[in-house]
Amino acid sequence: MLIRKPNDIASSEITGKSDYDSYLNRRRFLKGVAAAGAGALGAEKLGDILEPRTRAQAATKLQTVPSSLTTTGETNTSFQDITTYNNFYEFGVDKAAPAKNAGGLPTRPWTVKVTGLVAKPQTFDIDALLKMRPLEDRVYRHRCVEAWSMVIPWVGYSLSELIKQVQPLSTAKYVQFLSYFDSKVEKWWVEDPGINWPYSEGLRMDEAMHPLTLLTFGLYGEVLPNQDGAPVRIVVPWKYGFKSAKSIVTIKFIDKMPATTWNDQSSSEYGFYSNVNPNVDHPRWSQKTERRIGLPFYAQRKATLMFNGYGDQVASLYKGMDLKKYF
Amino acid sequence: MKKSTLIFLKTLTWIACLYCVAKLVYGAITNNLGADPTHTITFATGLATIRILTISLAITPIRQLFPRLSWLIKFRRLLGLFAFFYASLHLLTWIALYNGFDINAMAADFVKRRYITMGITAWLLLLPLAATSTTWAIKKMGGKNWNRLHKLVYLAAVAGVIHYWWQVKPGVITPITITVILGVLLLARPILDWRQKQRNKSRLAA
Repeated sequence: MLIRKPNDIASSEITGKSDYDSYLNRRRFLKGVAAAGAGALGAEKLGDILEPRTRAQAATKLQTVPSSLTTTGETNTSFQDITTYNNFYEFGVDKAAPAKNAGGLPTRPWTVKVTGLVAKPQTFDIDALLKMRPLEDRVYRHRCVEAWSMVIPWVGYSLSELIKQVQPLSTAKYVQFLSYFDSKVEKWWVEDPGINWPYSEGLRMDEAMHPLTLLTFGLYGEVLPNQDGAPVRIVVPWKYGFKSAKSIVTIKFIDKMPATTWNDQSSSEYGFYSNVNPNVDHPRWSQKTERRIGLPFYAQRKATLMFNGYGDQVASLYKGMDLKKYF
Repeated sequence: MKKSTLIFLKTLTWIACLYCVAKLVYGAITNNLGADPTHTITFATGLATIRILTISLAITPIRQLFPRLSWLIKFRRLLGLFAFFYASLHLLTWIALYNGFDINAMAADFVKRRYITMGITAWLLLLPLAATSTTWAIKKMGGKNWNRLHKLVYLAAVAGVIHYWWQVKPGVITPITITVILGVLLLARPILDWRQKQRNKSRLAA
């Protein structure tokens, strides 16, 4: 068969990595140039002239440490694809739209209000959150409910670290995440007028406390580009991508399952749990396989893994649950 | 119309119709089909099918409205066959890139998902039309029978548009443009036929 050859290394998988290397080299070179020209000329300006897009990234490098929770054995999707192929409906329904339109998202000043059933409700400044714990490099597989997938080197720390700070009460059973919404900044929301903004997502308490659930500030060692959910988002690697809410402004601890955006849109298509599960089809397509982004068309198709390959770590959360019913 | 003009216009039509597939082939060779090449190919071939089919359906009403453009009929077969060509590529992407030629997976898909059922139905409706597109077939069948069979093109176009609607996300309304255009073209036919009848009547009365 032409398509299912997971062991073959396609040439583009190699370029994906080397793209990043040359991107890094370019940055190192730029930094050198910038250092040399600093002072009178203004390094930023020089960088801008040389390569404006890179310069914007270069100013925002994050200090990171390695993590034992990172995923190994995968080839990272290119920075280019991760940052130009996005679902972020506030900035348009087309995959290319968020990269074009998200520039106006005001990521500073930014606060995250943590509220609800907690002993110590607090509002965190984004810069305080960035310094609260060491930022870890965590490569995760990312599986979209639309049956495409990526491998993304995220930067962040476990959400549980933040949760511990606010001391949830025993009555808190669920955590709700609300995204930034301003109809003037995100005027493309009208492209899908059926959605009740702001974007809302939720996790069960034990899912939110799981060490894999990442409070995410960056990717590829840099702060998150706006279209990827700047300045802070969550990443839940064993669930379909839409569970990982972007640009979070409120985290709320509640006793009941919260209303979530895509579940409200169509509960038969997007379950509350939405664990990656090859045995439960989406009504409009099979979830048995996925298309890896950035590979040539004949090499994209891959088998989808239960819990997106994180079953060893997370399957115990769902012991005894009928995952066909609670999809 | 001069023969050279006709050849020129037909060449243009070929180029316009081949543009989509040429772009895909070039993109595949240069590894430049976007982040999700499978989706790019599927969407481009599907859109080309419904667009070319719609243009071919516009020919008859335009001829009725503007008798001077009646030479457009010479382009209808070409457009129809190109629509079938893209529909077949579209079907092939489903067979190869989505199902890896796995018969069981395809059968499950066909039964479970109505947009797949509808899409394959549309292709099956186009198949006999493509098969009887030759001058020989028209002669063999006789104009009346041939015309009757080729009315299936309306069903195929409607099936194609339903197939489009059934696979977009809830709330997404991108198929609206092609739906409106096709709706206008389908409504134009009975209206224009009725107008023609009225004219003939008044001519007879005079």
